[in-house]
Amino acid sequence: MSTPPTTDDSGFEFDESAVRRKRRLGKLFLGLCGTATLVGIVALVALLVDVVVEAWGWLTWEFLTYPPSQIVEHYDPSNYGDLPTGPGGLYPAIVGSIYLIVLTAIFTLFLGVGAAIYLEEYAPDNRLTRFIEANITNLAGVPSIVYGLLGLAVFVRALQTGASLIAGALTLTLLILPIVIVQSQESLRAVPDSMRQASYGTGATKWQTIRNVVLPEAVPGIMTGIILSLSRAIGETAPILMVGAATTMFTPPELTDPTGPFSAMPMQIFEWAKLPDGDFQHVAAAGIVVLLTVLLLMNAVAIYIRNAYDPRG
Amino acid sequence: MTANGEAPRTVSKSAADDQQSTATSVDDGSLGSSRVADPVIESRDLDVYYGDDQALDGIDMTIPERQVTALIGPSGCGKSTFLRSINRMNDLIDIARVDGELSFHGKNVYDEDVDPVALRRKIGMVFQKPNPFPKSIFDNVAYGLRVQDQDENVEQQVRTALERAALLEEVEDQLDSSGLDLSGGQQQRLCIARAIAPDPEVILMDEPASALDPVATSKIEDLVEELAEEYTVVIVTHNMQQAARISDKTAVFLTGGHLVEFDDTDKIFENPESDRVEDYITGKFG
Ligand SMILES: Nc1ncnc2c1ncn2[C@@H]1O[C@H](COP(=O)(O)OP(=O)(O)OP(=O)(O)O)[C@@H](O)[C@H]1O
Ligand SMILES: [Mg+2]
Repeated sequence: MSTPPTTDDSGFEFDESAVRRKRRLGKLFLGLCGTATLVGIVALVALLVDVVVEAWGWLTWEFLTYPPSQIVEHYDPSNYGDLPTGPGGLYPAIVGSIYLIVLTAIFTLFLGVGAAIYLEEYAPDNRLTRFIEANITNLAGVPSIVYGLLGLAVFVRALQTGASLIAGALTLTLLILPIVIVQSQESLRAVPDSMRQASYGTGATKWQTIRNVVLPEAVPGIMTGIILSLSRAIGETAPILMVGAATTMFTPPELTDPTGPFSAMPMQIFEWAKLPDGDFQHVAAAGIVVLLTVLLLMNAVAIYIRNAYDPRG
Repeated sequence: MTANGEAPRTVSKSAADDQQSTATSVDDGSLGSSRVADPVIESRDLDVYYGDDQALDGIDMTIPERQVTALIGPSGCGKSTFLRSINRMNDLIDIARVDGELSFHGKNVYDEDVDPVALRRKIGMVFQKPNPFPKSIFDNVAYGLRVQDQDENVEQQVRTALERAALLEEVEDQLDSSGLDLSGGQQQRLCIARAIAPDPEVILMDEPASALDPVATSKIEDLVEELAEEYTVVIVTHNMQQAARISDKTAVFLTGGHLVEFDDTDKIFENPESDRVEDYITGKFG
């Protein structure tokens, strides 16, 4: 139009160099991001390899099924044959961890999902609600040892549960509740409003709408959130240390007596790692491999649920 | 900015004048071609606000039984708002507030003792965008039956509803597959089946064909005309031809949430009282 007469060619060349410069910048950025990813992966793999190598040869079926021992030789498979007391293992702590997680899962499911449904579907959108929601988000960032102290004060002392399975489970519930609530709320919020309207328009009540339309849509997200939180809880040491979980238990806890003492995998691993005898590092490593395996399995279940229950296939 | 005081607002009975030059807007004119029908829904001086913004201003309208009433008007003039105020779907919008009276069979639906859930069981709704549940075709149609505890003979009722919605033939042997796998037009007919399955009295439709191609649209239009034999249908549309083709009564809303004219469809399209309505219908503005 009224632009000064430049030939097509020169304009084109100018553009191209600009694009090339931008592209170089893009490549640089890609390189930086790639390096960051690589550092993360390498560190993780190194850690895993190190632990697995340490644990190699010490992780046996007996390790999973026998109570711990004070003597490091009892953990060595080559000695299993001539032991009067039987081999040493992680059994009571494995059972303790599983019970702890089962109880925590039950409490979290009711409290977390209940609170999320209330906040998202029922609570009026006023300043109080927003204040509560903001603080739930803040609670998610509180260090776990603080929850341990809270559990010690509230459950163990005030409610007189003692250093028990139930105190540990309730404390872990408090710890992951904020994350579960926030995650569940997000899943509920992601259900399209058009679904709710379709339901109300058909003459459904609020509860029928939540029960039949909103929850089924939100369940995959909610379940994923809960399982991932639980897999964080199962590895937590500080909170259960505070409520007084035993470092070493020779018999597994009873689910019928949730007020009894308990141990858990992280506690037992921590205990082993503290012992001076060098070979206990192998025992601790074997414990870590078990813990990591349980953790990875839980994450796999979470991914499976997310895919399997996605109603949109 | 409008001189709405002089906009002829024909209320209650149809006032199809035989003298087209008559400038009065009284409602005692002789009844034209339209048959006399009992009013099902009557709105009296209905105002709706969203927060401080007024979306509907003094709407007076009488919607006759077993006929198709079309609501037309430019975007944002409050057609959807009016539709939603009939079955109290506006209750779901926190900031919405309703003044005035809207009665269903003579009972103001905004009275304290009216349960909006019970009301919506009598007044079904079809939305602009097809919104089937991510459930099977069967469960979609059965949804209303189940939540309303009409679960005797669900199978038969589902088939009847699909039949009436002119969808049964196409989906007969895939009732268990997801409603989301249907085409847009089929989804909308599925939503219509879902709305009519529990056998309401009134069906509200908010631009049910606006997301569909011409073939699917004409199917929906045929369907609407058929439905009017059994149900009272109130339909919002942006399509003048559609309103002219399928409706018995037409209400023209114009900007500001005013109902400018409400009359027999023939009258509105052939000889509207208001110049602004004529301009709108002939496409001079909108
Ligand atoms: N949920 C809401 N919150 C706030 N304001 C709203 C809401 N819904 C509608 N409004 C306002 O009310 C007025 C009427 O909207 P409405 O949706 O009823 O118009 P409409 O005639 O259906 O328009 P369209 O033809 O575009 O669908 C508009 O000004 C709109 O901005
Ligand atoms: Mg609309």
